[in-house]
Amino acid sequence: SGFLKSTIARKFAMALSGLFLVIFLAQHFFINFTSVFSAETFNELSHFMGTNPVVQYVAQPILIFGVIFHFVMGFVLEIKNRNARNISYAKFSGGANSTWMSRNMIWSGLVVLAFLALHFYDFWIPEMVHKYVESHPEDATRYYAETVEKFHDPIRTWAYVISFVFLAMHLLHGFQSSFQSIGFNNIYSRGLKAFTVAFAILIPLGFIFIALYHHLNQ
Amino acid sequence: MATLDSKTPEGSISEKWTNHKNKINLVNPANKRSIDVIVVGTGLAGGSAAATLAELGYNVKAFCFQDSPRRAHSIAAQGGINAAKNYQGDGDSTHRLFYDTVKGGDYRSRESNVYRLAEVSANIIDQCVAQGVPFAREYGGLLDNRSFGGVLVSRTFYAKGQTGQQLLLGAYSAMNRQIGRGKIKMYNRHEMLDIVVVDGKARGIIARNLITGEIERHSAHAVVLGTGGYGNVFYLSTNAMGSNVTAAWKAHKRGAYFANPCYTQIHPTCIPVSGDHQSKLTLMSESLRNDGRIWVPAKLEDAKAIREGKLKPTELKEEDRDYYLERRYPSFGNLVPRDVASRAAKERCDAGFGVNKTGEAVYLDFAAAIERYGRVEARVRHLDENDAQLVKKLGTEVVANKYGNLFQMYEKIVDQNPYETPMMIYPAVHYTMGGIWVDYNLMTTIEGCYAIGEANFSDHGANRLGASALMQGLADGYFVLPYTIGNYLANDIRTGKIATDLPEFEDAEKNVRSQIEHFMNNMGGKTVDHFHKRLGKIMWDKVGMARNAQGLNEAITEIAALRDEFYKDVRVPGTADGLNQELEKAMRVADFLELGELFAKDALHRNESCGGHFREEYQTEDGEALRDDENFAYVAAWEYKGKPSEAVLHKEELEFENIKLVTRSYK
Amino acid sequence: MNLTLKIWRQKDANHKGKIVNYKISDISPDMSFLDMLDMLNEQLNNKGEEPVSFDHDCREGICGSCSLQINGEPHGPDRMITTCQLHMRTFKDGDTIYIEPFRAKAFPVIKDLVVDRSSFDRIQHAGGFISVNTSGNTIDANAIPVNKHDADKAFDAATCIGCGACVAACKNASAMLFVSAKVSQFALLPQGKVEATDRVLNMVRQMDEEGFGNCSNTGACEIECPKGISLENIARMNREYMSASLKG
Ligand SMILES: Cc1cc2nc3c(=O)[nH]c(=O)nc-3n(C[C@H](O)[C@H](O)[C@H](O)COP(=O)(O)OP(=O)(O)OC[C@H]3O[C@@H](n4cnc5c(N)ncnc54)[C@H](O)[C@@H]3O)c2cc1C
Ligand code: HEM
Ligand code: HEM
Ligand code: SF4
Ligand code: F3S
Ligand code: FES
Repeated sequence: SGFLKSTIARKFAMALSGLFLVIFLAQHFFINFTSVFSAETFNELSHFMGTNPVVQYVAQPILIFGVIFHFVMGFVLEIKNRNARNISYAKFSGGANSTWMSRNMIWSGLVVLAFLALHFYDFWIPEMVHKYVESHPEDATRYYAETVEKFHDPIRTWAYVISFVFLAMHLLHGFQSSFQSIGFNNIYSRGLKAFTVAFAILIPLGFIFIALYHHLNQ
Repeated sequence: MATLDSKTPEGSISEKWTNHKNKINLVNPANKRSIDVIVVGTGLAGGSAAATLAELGYNVKAFCFQDSPRRAHSIAAQGGINAAKNYQGDGDSTHRLFYDTVKGGDYRSRESNVYRLAEVSANIIDQCVAQGVPFAREYGGLLDNRSFGGVLVSRTFYAKGQTGQQLLLGAYSAMNRQIGRGKIKMYNRHEMLDIVVVDGKARGIIARNLITGEIERHSAHAVVLGTGGYGNVFYLSTNAMGSNVTAAWKAHKRGAYFANPCYTQIHPTCIPVSGDHQSKLTLMSESLRNDGRIWVPAKLEDAKAIREGKLKPTELKEEDRDYYLERRYPSFGNLVPRDVASRAAKERCDAGFGVNKTGEAVYLDFAAAIERYGRVEARVRHLDENDAQLVKKLGTEVVANKYGNLFQMYEKIVDQNPYETPMMIYPAVHYTMGGIWVDYNLMTTIEGCYAIGEANFSDHGANRLGASALMQGLADGYFVLPYTIGNYLANDIRTGKIATDLPEFEDAEKNVRSQIEHFMNNMGGKTVDHFHKRLGKIMWDKVGMARNAQGLNEAITEIAALRDEFYKDVRVPGTADGLNQELEKAMRVADFLELGELFAKDALHRNESCGGHFREEYQTEDGEALRDDENFAYVAAWEYKGKPSEAVLHKEELEFENIKLVTRSYK
Repeated sequence: MNLTLKIWRQKDANHKGKIVNYKISDISPDMSFLDMLDMLNEQLNNKGEEPVSFDHDCREGICGSCSLQINGEPHGPDRMITTCQLHMRTFKDGDTIYIEPFRAKAFPVIKDLVVDRSSFDRIQHAGGFISVNTSGNTIDANAIPVNKHDADKAFDAATCIGCGACVAACKNASAMLFVSAKVSQFALLPQGKVEATDRVLNMVRQMDEEGFGNCSNTGACEIECPKGISLENIARMNREYMSASLKG
């Protein structure tokens, strides 16, 4: 739309999609974390998520759209930004005035994208196939085993772990940045920043823990 | 010697402007659309004029040599702008501002102009606030004022130390609005190199596009010059590097009389010259003199030891210091006007008491202020006021609050901490009161050519009070010129577009081209700066703070000789068909080399001391300026006759009907 | 001090440029950076070479003319100053110093280190003003009281000198800090609120048309800005813009 032509509006949309993904991530973390201590809870929750029509037909499409929108818009902005400086500096001291994370969102984002591809291949596609292509009898307890099984392979586990490190970097800048993008910068920003940093480190760390836990537990 | 007609309207001083506005011709809005006006300069004066003229409906073409109107030198003004608003209720009025300005100018300005300036001053503030200029405010949300040297009321409006910037950005925003509407066509990076006079009327300019090097002709029904001051004739000054006299000088050569070129303001508190490679001097705001005490060592041997770095100023005992301003002017002390403070510093340094490597610096010391404020603060907070450490800490905080940014600027440049060791300061060229002669309508002696702002001579007499230049620039541009120019343009409504293929344009363009060609082909042995520095040295040594007939005579011959040498031996590298900063400088220095001579000639002819003009021969026994109202209460307006040395003097007698002439005393 | 300078030389907009090495000696630490360049130019000139062109005027940090990217940072490594306020004591004997123009597609090089920043002016033409006539028939200045807190914030935003260091520092060559400073100044004042909606829409549209990049909040601009213009202004502009867009 015409509205999404302006850089500010695009960035605003980028921030909203990012924040939405952050919320998904939190939710996703808590469900997956249950797999560490209780196969039953995990199965229950997964079953609920996997069969609830609101989740399946409303939330999931939104999420998929969100992911796609987010990375496509990320590329669009990145291209615009690269074009904005057609001759580059012979010497550019970006490190003197900004963080590495903030300058390399596209790279951390790309790693996350690659991860998502793998992750979809691992979980989502089999899941979809299982549910909608082949028809199996309903089994509310299959999730745990299927999930844990994936972490058998050390290479995949490492790929996950490394991706999560990049995810952390993406979020270290992205989470706080999204508030600035939607115009939230005031006396509360300091506290909020601390929260976003904590989130950006702890949640991926938690994911790493889950992955390693299942890998080592086999 | 002819006399000049200032065209001052009849009537009592307070009614002149109103009467005049009621009587002058106006141009109807439909006709304004067919009238073009060129405004050269986009400082406070030119910028405000361009915006207002465009708003009235004229087609304006505006020029500046910087890459944006926002960078005109007005941006650098620090302290503030005066206006007779009497918001503080301390007895200010139009009359008082008028009186202070005439007195501050040492009775060498035209009463009617100054009164008008005072009259419209209040309007400036209203205008600027409406434009969104963020002046300093009090907690109640109303505007704040500060007081400045030479006056008894608080009438200075300010925006921290960036008043000029904020005012200029206000004018720039007004221009932007008109540029957006297509009423102003802006020519950035264009330098006016000649004015075109057709049948005695200013009808256009020749300008060089500084990027492409093209020589362009621009025509209009009137030309307004708001091109600023010429302090850079001294090479080192507080003016911006590009400030120049070229536009004014070219107008002078085409018939505009140049008035009082020798009136120059030397500001007492600037950062001293540090070495040969310096290109620019930095002003330290006058406000520092409220709390700083100025001194030099009382003994020559101490001064010498300090210069050699063997002694530190802080080690000198009180009795070994000479607070010379307090000694000489007990009632005003460190707060004497700028001209007086500057001369006193020079006197001490010439006598061998200077304190930096070159011997050209005095101390501005805040130790006493820090101690005084510290004690008060300790008392207020019920702390021990005899604890020297504590007092110093508290006092430093107070001083930092008042002047922090200036102290920081000083430290950046000099690399010394002014809280610990006294600042070093020395006078520097700052402002030129002289300029193109204009009548009450701000028209020069070329019909249809107007001069506004620092470029004209009008309102400050022989010495300008702080915070008055900004006021004058905006008064001229927003409120005076837009009216008075209508009176002239009313006769031009049927003229139609001015063609640029007239022989006068041809001729002016040829002149410019041949000068450029000369420089490009000269291939001499020395750079432009080399000559500019030498000119500056002559000016500073012989036409500077104190002048005498012998020195001035020498200066006149030396400058003329230097000019010849310049044309023979200057080298301008590169080409003329593109950006060439050396060429730009060469064109400017060429004009400075002519102006400098007229400057000295004017100083030589004025056998009196007044304001910024101090002739050693004319002083009282204790070294104070001696004015001669009987013989010199006039404006000296010089007519160009082929060479500066042959310039012809015209006098505009100054009549003081509303203010009595008295001697200024600060003892 | 003796230094090696690596300076971008480019004949004009139509020629390609390159980095050229120069040696310069006997630099005193008390010299300003531009005094040092003046000295280099004097030497080049005396050798019959063409001096290096660079923009400058006030040389006291207020006009915004000077604009060099020095060792990869606009206005050099020191903070809260412009290039003309940078002094050679910041460097050490033997240092190599890169000197490049401010780079952005919207700031094309004119010659050597001189760039064309008229895109900034055009953004201001699009809305950087309050539409009030200058003929003086306005209300008394004190008839519009302004809360001191807002007045101070508006002032802070208004101190932008239009140098373009924010663009030069930004990895995206984004002009958000510059534009937001002007938008904020007026958005904070009662006089400016009337036109706030149109102003922000028009200025941002022009900014985008000029080809500046998008802000990804790296914050480099705020750190390199010689006047310390705050990122708060960008957030404020984002808010103003979104609410203006929703209003239509
Ligand atoms: C450091 C400093 C501090 C000051 N502080 C104060 C203060 O606190 N209060 C106060 O009242 N005054 C102060 N002044 C004085 C005041 O700033 C100036 O007198 C005033 O701003 C001059 O304005 P102007 O519009 O006449 O000219 P300027 O602002 O100098 O503008 C000149 C314009 O003319 C253009 N121009 C010049 N020549 C040409 C040419 N040949 N071709 C094309 N364009 C040309 C320039 O591009 C520029 O746009 C200060 C001055 C200095 C140097
Ligand atoms: C799918 C692969 C992804 C890619 C290619 C990607 C790319 C990017 C890019 C380039 C930006 C910077 C945009 C800009 O500032 O202009 C960005 C911002 C952001 N991303 Fe991602 N990202 C991806 C996935 C994610 C995920 C999974 C999350 C959250 C869990 C996320 C959260 C964010 C947030 C919060 C921002 C900040 C938005 C803002 O600054 O306003 N991203 N992303
Ligand atoms: C150890 C860590 C993780 C585990 C065990 C895990 C497990 C799962 C499982 C089992 C599914 C399929 C569930 C379903 O479709 O209902 C899934 C889907 C998904 N996961 Fe993960 N995940 C992990 C980390 C992540 C991370 C870090 C991200 C994001 C960056 C992520 C993003 C997604 C997405 C987008 C889906 C698809 C969701 C949907 O469409 O419903 N996952 N994950
Ligand atoms: S915001 Fe700062 S860096 Fe950007 S133009 Fe203004 S002063 Fe320069
Ligand atoms: S550096 Fe650039 S990315 Fe935004 S915060 Fe400043 S404009
Ligand atoms: S030259 Fe004016 S800011 Fe540097």
